[in-house]
Amino acid sequence: MNSTFQFLSFSDPNVLFVVLGTMLLGASAAIVGCFSFLRKRALVGDAIAHSILPGVCLAFMVSGSKNPLYLIIGAFITGWLSLLLIDGITRTTKLKSDTAIGIILSVFFGVGILLLTSIQHSGNASQAGLDKFLFGKAASLTKDDVYVFGTIAAILILVVILFYKEFKLISFNPDYAKVIGLPVRFLEFMLATITVLAVAVGIQAVGVVLMAALLITPASGARFWTDKLGVMILIATFFGAISGFLGSYISYVAPAMPTGPWIVMCLSLLTVGSIWFAPKTGMLARFRVQQDNQRKILIENVLKLFYHLGEKDGGFKKQRSIKVLLATRDLRMKELKRGLLLLKKENWLRKKGDHWVITESGLNEAKRVIKLHRLWEMYLNQRLKLEPDHVHNDAEAIEHIITPELERQLEKELNYPTKDPHQSTIPYVE
Amino acid sequence: MEAFWIILVGSLIAVSCALLGSYLILRKMAMVGDAISHAVLPGIVIAYLLSGSRETLPMLVGAAALGVLTTVLIELFHKKSNLQMDASIGITFTWLFAIGIILISLFAGQVDLDQDCVLYGEIAYVPLDLWITESGYNMGPRTVWIASGLLLLLLLFIWRGYKGLFITTFNEEFAKALGIGVAFWHYALMGAVSLTTVISFESVGAILVVALLIVPPATAYLITTDLKKMLLLSSIFGILSAIGGYYLASLINGSIAGAIASVAGFLFLCVWVLELLRKKRVISI
Amino acid sequence: MISIETHNLTVSYNRRPVLWNIDFELPTGKIIGIIGPNGSGKTTLLKAIMGLVPTSSGYVKIFNQDLEDVRSRVSYVPQRESVDWDFPASVMDIVLMGRYKKNNLFKRITKADRDIAAEALEKVNMLEFSNRQISQLSGGQQQRVFIARSLAQGADLYIMDEPFVGVDAATEEAILNLLHDMKNQGKTVVVVHHDLQTAKDFFDWIVLLNTRMVAAGPKEEIFNKKLLQEAYGGKLNVLSQVGDLMKEKAFNVREK
Repeated sequence: MNSTFQFLSFSDPNVLFVVLGTMLLGASAAIVGCFSFLRKRALVGDAIAHSILPGVCLAFMVSGSKNPLYLIIGAFITGWLSLLLIDGITRTTKLKSDTAIGIILSVFFGVGILLLTSIQHSGNASQAGLDKFLFGKAASLTKDDVYVFGTIAAILILVVILFYKEFKLISFNPDYAKVIGLPVRFLEFMLATITVLAVAVGIQAVGVVLMAALLITPASGARFWTDKLGVMILIATFFGAISGFLGSYISYVAPAMPTGPWIVMCLSLLTVGSIWFAPKTGMLARFRVQQDNQRKILIENVLKLFYHLGEKDGGFKKQRSIKVLLATRDLRMKELKRGLLLLKKENWLRKKGDHWVITESGLNEAKRVIKLHRLWEMYLNQRLKLEPDHVHNDAEAIEHIITPELERQLEKELNYPTKDPHQSTIPYVE
Repeated sequence: MEAFWIILVGSLIAVSCALLGSYLILRKMAMVGDAISHAVLPGIVIAYLLSGSRETLPMLVGAAALGVLTTVLIELFHKKSNLQMDASIGITFTWLFAIGIILISLFAGQVDLDQDCVLYGEIAYVPLDLWITESGYNMGPRTVWIASGLLLLLLLFIWRGYKGLFITTFNEEFAKALGIGVAFWHYALMGAVSLTTVISFESVGAILVVALLIVPPATAYLITTDLKKMLLLSSIFGILSAIGGYYLASLINGSIAGAIASVAGFLFLCVWVLELLRKKRVISI
Repeated sequence: MISIETHNLTVSYNRRPVLWNIDFELPTGKIIGIIGPNGSGKTTLLKAIMGLVPTSSGYVKIFNQDLEDVRSRVSYVPQRESVDWDFPASVMDIVLMGRYKKNNLFKRITKADRDIAAEALEKVNMLEFSNRQISQLSGGQQQRVFIARSLAQGADLYIMDEPFVGVDAATEEAILNLLHDMKNQGKTVVVVHHDLQTAKDFFDWIVLLNTRMVAAGPKEEIFNKKLLQEAYGGKLNVLSQVGDLMKEKAFNVREK
């Protein structure tokens, strides 16, 4: 508890730098990642992340210093080179893009490891810390780092704002962008450049392997909440930033815990949470829609029982016992009772002792469903030329889904029929 | 002698990876192989924690379980949640890898694995871990035996399953129409990849496994149009990488695993450029 | 005799039906064309018949039996573009696949298999190419290899997806001759075809498809202006609206 307070009060300026740094990194990678995600190039980010390692090592070997600016320039060069090579391999050979990504990713990283270990073994004292690029060093971010990250994040955001419309178009419809004369190659170059930049800085928080998550995971999660690109970017940014915050909090409270993996853990949980709980597209929402459908099907089917019985003996408003109702249709007792209670709530049925009676409004509702069933049978029979004995099963389902608007279209198209293909009367409600 | 053992283990693993990798890239599943090789980490750690030692068997079980879990998760994200394939792969393996690292940190005192080892292994220690029988006879490095066993198993799998792998890789729908169980072949191959990954893990690390799975087969694919030749050539490229890598590493005093991947990449580059030149010449004639 | 019977066959993609209540019975010993505009569900119909896509309602019978019981009598020729022709294999390797069965997958290829495959290649005039790599074939040659693979199965019913797309005139001629030979041997061939112009010359029997079945019967009965207009005159408005609704509301074509 005490440490939570210490963390939140930022009484230790180092804590502030770490929190600010990781949040900035998470947020800027998430923004760029949305475009990678939409352009289906999620794994290219992974390749760039791995390709940055040799660049960092080479920059160190050439300059002999660990100045973050030099290292980022080196990272930038090999990151870009990896993109060009992936493109070159897929263009000039029969290898597919996933293989090309795999080749570049593993070879560049192998070269990076070779150089890194060689530097380490050479006994150059100033090399200590280069391996932070492997696993990230979020917990030891400094003031200078925050300045560098802040500047780069600002550049990224600026570029995205400036070219927002154009980026949007080449993400959703690159062919159209070309047709209307947008400089697609230039825009792709800009997007690739900010991706490499975002990866080059992000890698310092979570390391090579997990960098892909910083790009892809927030975008994937955000996609479940919205169809609008702007909103998606905002949500992804929020996911990235909050995960950065939580990751640094956890490793502050439990110092043995690594920050990078916890950031990724938070991101993954947020995304899996989105997959489950997002409105409309989430698993839970889809499950609920299914349940609503089942409920609607059940009550409409029970209502139809009263109509069918009434059609047989002429007494639509007669009292019916559960036994009679069960005998009319293949329905489980439990289901039937649930349906009856639901209908009572709607005021479409009334209970009289052991018996049930349909109300006026219930009868109208029953007529509507029966009418839709029979209209659909007619439609299948006339338009799809199905035999009368082949139309019932389909109508059993479709009757529950037809909207009033479609109902009017059907009536009109079939010219207000009075009989269905089995010569039963189609009821119209005045 | 030390050099011999290291090169032998490197070559054995390189051949195993080359054989499986050939099928992976033909199935356009190169990145799934990448994902599995990262995602087995938590399986290894959990096996380590449960068995309390670096015994091979529990590790294999743990890794195989995680390998299958990885493919299942990827498919769940992709099919059930309509998430695009590349994103499903990316999310799954980073998440599992993060869990693995967190577990290592959580049980740092009990798990004798470190992060560097995970990424680039320690093939240089192979000759030190000897298998000495109870009667005191020195059988040579333990890893040599394990890697040989793996290779034999894979050779048996590919020899017996050649037709099944062939038809499900080339034309899955036709195989289904013949009534062949395509899911069986899919999961058998994924299981084999997990197995190879975990066995290679402590000697060469996750990244080199990916390099050996993808790069030699891709190199071979550029110059052959026959599956059997591709299997053979990719094995040869794998062995060449292992030999070249060992000497490159000792030359500049770096990681052997990194050097093997670098040499594999260099071979690919050479073949690629030669092919480009050859094509150009054919066109200009 | 009935070769294929479908009964109220509905196939949905994301719950939206792409085939609605397809009901037909096809005769044996005929060359049958499945015709319809783009996106009318022709390929899906073949896949449903071969059990390659899940159906949402209805069933398919082949020779009055379930597919599982007559698999060895049915042969499927997928679309040429559905595979990667850069795959490292020879023409012979591909045709030999026609001899693969569920229960011989672990056995070696026999001399008899090779003879049958060679014979099949002979029939499509490709025997001299048997050692050629498939990446070096032209579109027409690729199609012939696929048909040879199917012939090597020695089936009674052949189901082909767009075999005439992107092939040269010689191949088209060769395939047509082959289809007639097969018919003369009493085999049944069902072909998905998109070109209305040639359909009348190619087939004896026609199934007109546009999400729903418009008509099925001998070509003389089918080739009239009214039916063709119905098939090619766009989708049924109400039907496609209901389909959209089913996708939107996650509604199944059967209640459960």
